[in-house]
Amino acid sequence: MADEGFEFPVDRTQVMLFARSLLDIRPEYWDPNDPATKAVGGITVPPTFVQCSAHWQPDYPLDLTRPRKEPRQPRPEGQGGGGLGRGLHAEQHYEYHHPIYVGDTLTVTTRPGRRWEKEGRRGGKLSFSETITEYRNQDGVLCVTAISVGVQTEKAVEQ
Amino acid sequence: MPLQVGDTREQVVIEKINRTHIVKYAGASGDFNPIHHDEVFAKEVAGYPSVFAHGMLSMGLTGRALTDWLGVTALKRYGVRFTRQVWPGDTLTAKFEVTKVEDGLATIKVTTVNQNGETVIEGEAVAKADAV
Repeated sequence: MADEGFEFPVDRTQVMLFARSLLDIRPEYWDPNDPATKAVGGITVPPTFVQCSAHWQPDYPLDLTRPRKEPRQPRPEGQGGGGLGRGLHAEQHYEYHHPIYVGDTLTVTTRPGRRWEKEGRRGGKLSFSETITEYRNQDGVLCVTAISVGVQTEKAVEQ
Repeated sequence: MPLQVGDTREQVVIEKINRTHIVKYAGASGDFNPIHHDEVFAKEVAGYPSVFAHGMLSMGLTGRALTDWLGVTALKRYGVRFTRQVWPGDTLTAKFEVTKVEDGLATIKVTTVNQNGETVIEGEAVAKADAV
């Protein structure tokens, strides 16, 4: 069952900041007047941009310093993605269905996927879990499906 | 000319990644897991030799190399496994190889390696074959 979701407005500054953090200066990510931007229908976003929805996710677990009205809730069972400390991000997959543009308001819904366990190479149990996230625009069009696989380890990962 | 099986491309996506690069990605993405920016937490609490980059930073940098090659409207799918941590000082090179072209879509093997040739992420992208 998917949750009720939250809204994620796609803001020009956020796209610029995210692109810069990936050392990407192409105009389609910040300059509305560049011919390249006009050719693709407006300022669009890098392939992994939807990660920025973390800023708008009410129960986002990886920002312990975010100010909150209420105390943090314990993390729900079955939520994948990396956790603090022993949790790591194992895999990430995206399917691109429709372009995302600055000015869109995406609705983000999340549901748990598969869960499995295996033994680590140097011993210790590895617990994997998938989180499936869908990003729909203001017209209800599915833009991106993201599947995140998180792993919880019993020991720090060795090189 | 459209993408063809056997086409390859290679691009250095970051040279000597430093803690400022990592912090910038944390701020932009919102992922403030202290394991990526808090040296004391990474070493003393989590047991790692130092902070290390977000896997998603390597995936994002590699995604930049894909869009540098194919443009911003070509990708249909992009997925990776994170196989090795990226430490401050590492230099990453993304390597792509077209393994299949079918119904106008090209499947591209994605491998990003560090300066020792060790794979840090590996996976696959699917893109419109006529994007280039």
